[in-house]
Amino acid sequence: MTAKKLNMKEKYSLLTRDLDWEYSYRDYKEIFPQEEFEGIKITDWSKWEDPFRLTMDAYWKYQAEKEKKLYAILDAFAQNNGQQNVTDARYINAIKLFLTGISPGEHQAAMGFGHVGRQLGGVGARVACQMQAIDELRHVQTQIHAMSHYNKFFDGFQDFSHMHDRVWYLSVPKSFFDDARTAGPFEYMVAIGFSFEYVLTNLLFVPFMSGAAYNGDMATVTFGFSAQSDEARHMTLGLEIIKFLLEQHPDNVPIVQRWINKWFWRGTRMLALVAMMMDYMLPNKVMSWQEAWEVYFEEAGSSLFKDLARYGIEMPAYAKTAIAEKEHVSHQAWSIFYNYGHAAAFHTWMPTEKEMDWLSEKYPNTFDKYYRPRFEKWREMEAAGERFYNPTLPMLCQTCQIPMGFTDMEDPTATFYRQSEYDGERYNFCSDGCKDIFDYEPEKYVQAWLPVHQIYQGNCGGAEMEDVLGDYYKINLGVDNMDFHGSPDEERWNAWHNLPSAEDKLKQAS
Amino acid sequence: MSIEIKTATLEPIRHTYEHTKRRFGDKPASRYQEASYDIAPEQNFHYRPTWQPDKELFDQSRTAVVMDDWNVHKDPRQYYYGTYVQARAKLQEVTESNYAFFDKRGFADRMPEEVRQKIIRCMVPLRHAELGANMNNMFCFSYGTATVVNQGFLYHSMDRLGIAQYLSRVGLLLDGNSTESLAAAKEFWMSDPVWQGMRRYIENVLCLEDWFEVFIAQNVVLDTLVYDLIYRQFDEKITEEGGSDLAMLIEFMQEWHKDSSRWVDATLKTTVGESEHNRETIRRWVADWQEKAVADLAPLAEIAVGDDAMNACVEVLNKRLAKAGL
Repeated sequence: MTAKKLNMKEKYSLLTRDLDWEYSYRDYKEIFPQEEFEGIKITDWSKWEDPFRLTMDAYWKYQAEKEKKLYAILDAFAQNNGQQNVTDARYINAIKLFLTGISPGEHQAAMGFGHVGRQLGGVGARVACQMQAIDELRHVQTQIHAMSHYNKFFDGFQDFSHMHDRVWYLSVPKSFFDDARTAGPFEYMVAIGFSFEYVLTNLLFVPFMSGAAYNGDMATVTFGFSAQSDEARHMTLGLEIIKFLLEQHPDNVPIVQRWINKWFWRGTRMLALVAMMMDYMLPNKVMSWQEAWEVYFEEAGSSLFKDLARYGIEMPAYAKTAIAEKEHVSHQAWSIFYNYGHAAAFHTWMPTEKEMDWLSEKYPNTFDKYYRPRFEKWREMEAAGERFYNPTLPMLCQTCQIPMGFTDMEDPTATFYRQSEYDGERYNFCSDGCKDIFDYEPEKYVQAWLPVHQIYQGNCGGAEMEDVLGDYYKINLGVDNMDFHGSPDEERWNAWHNLPSAEDKLKQAS
Repeated sequence: MSIEIKTATLEPIRHTYEHTKRRFGDKPASRYQEASYDIAPEQNFHYRPTWQPDKELFDQSRTAVVMDDWNVHKDPRQYYYGTYVQARAKLQEVTESNYAFFDKRGFADRMPEEVRQKIIRCMVPLRHAELGANMNNMFCFSYGTATVVNQGFLYHSMDRLGIAQYLSRVGLLLDGNSTESLAAAKEFWMSDPVWQGMRRYIENVLCLEDWFEVFIAQNVVLDTLVYDLIYRQFDEKITEEGGSDLAMLIEFMQEWHKDSSRWVDATLKTTVGESEHNRETIRRWVADWQEKAVADLAPLAEIAVGDDAMNACVEVLNKRLAKAGL
């Protein structure tokens, strides 16, 4: 018998689609009970186009090769104490933010894709989501391993998981993923699969990895390269889900548009953390946040939305606000963290003179006008031994949970502020985007676990800041937090590189 | 004499992450420990699932069994993603060369026709059952509480998809890629009375809401019976009937079953051993599902192997349950 040749598409179809069957002992709706409640109409799952055709045997083979290489490099990195070769110990704070803020999100994404990988009725879509679920688990685990060596030499990594559940600014990414996971399966796919993994990934994942590459962080950048082909798969899945939903039924279009609006804004707010990381936390800068935003959102995003226009999809609402904010957001976010540097699990600092000049050059319309004077003042205060810390607790936005510090783009010196009333209570928002998200589903967003409210209600270890920061957050006070200058991280770094310690520098100066 | 390369030694300020230290002590931790324990969120969830508003994310009440701490579980294989894919890559390499050899030497042609037909009727339809197992394990993964437990289900789920794909390739090897065997196997799965019990069983498990019950019904009860029936007894029977080359095509399933059983047994034993409540709850589930499974599989066992086949499977299951303290 001579075997007939099957092409890739036929073969993949036999190895996935054809495994499914039409249930007859139980109802389809009993097996997929979550497919209808969001109002999305699926008329024919067989129209799903597989975004990639990867059978499990090939998956095991390729991924095992990637893992082998990655761990060989992580081992070599540890053996050679590669942490000494980063540009500057301030850089390490960027990856502390990554491990405490982003890696737990990878874990959430694994759970979320597992959930939709069970709940979607189409076998092709399920299998693609399952592969993303296991990839996301890969990412959280390899990130933990890549940072494991840094954890042995720097402070602030050590309780990332505990902190992610509790610390005020970490509730920004946590609530983002909780929001997506508690949404229905289709909204989850638009939120994480499309808006996050497709539209915004070059502004989130990539800046951290490029930052690592520019700052001599071999461990993190090796992870980044290793994850690149996974991310490429995830992007194709994100795009397919959108096209599929839009092609299935015209009634899906307004629902999908609303989700795109919401998740674009949710994502943009979370990116404030990345913006400040790029502009302030990288000793060796990749590009400014504004430049990244222009390349990856304004250029790439607008061509994407041109493509989607044929389905009746428009640019996300609030894209204009987000574009206006590109010249401000990193400076405002870093100011917030500098203010609350005693309550963060990483170090903050004022930029050097040279770095300020770089910011002036990159942000000619805003930096010197709005931010440099304030930063210079703070730098003077620090030099006078009065490093500024804000002792109050900030008001948080009910939706994105960022302290209310963003300003009105019409008047960049005034804080933007919106309110809604629901069930006799008032709620505060940092933007129209966040207010609209709340107003559409207030019963969901009133549930938010707002860190500041929780502190005031006595649910975070006690009434004193030490109780909250030390006992409840498990921040090692005076070690993990406060200014970089004078930190044990800086001390160790200087010792490794035979640089004068902060104390010696002071003596010299006097 | 040995050579010694001098490296700068820097004294670390800690040996591992704090949550790993709290659980395992202040010493260097394994990669398995750092990647598996205490990394799932535990509290302060922001919103309730719109698809299940009476529960939180990671809610422990998604199963009736109760653990004081789900993180006391341990996978004896110590699989995290990296070790998992590397273990499977080894197995698939052997399988790939087996399948290529089977194909190159035209072993399908030298199989007696009735043996070939018997494999298509009694084994190839399992590709559908494996997809059901994939979905059931994905369900357990997405509703469990602790990563150290959940990740085992995720790996297991992907394994079952892989096995469904290997079974499909067995069909294609047997029909020279005409796809007739897959069509025939699907027809058996959908309407052959021999398969209806099993299909009904799987569809019922797909509707369960308690993820640990799904684990019992699928991985403990059904899989123990089916894997013994098909990959041990049926393999022997087919060998007697002149189809010994089948062994090359199912080595993956046999090796995989040994490997995954270590994890299934450990998960079962730890949960049963936690409390009398768990033991009783699980005993009840086992009794229910075992009774159904034995009745549902009996027609397949009879045509695939013969009269005593089902009793032999049950013996294997009982031994396994006894080992877990049931």
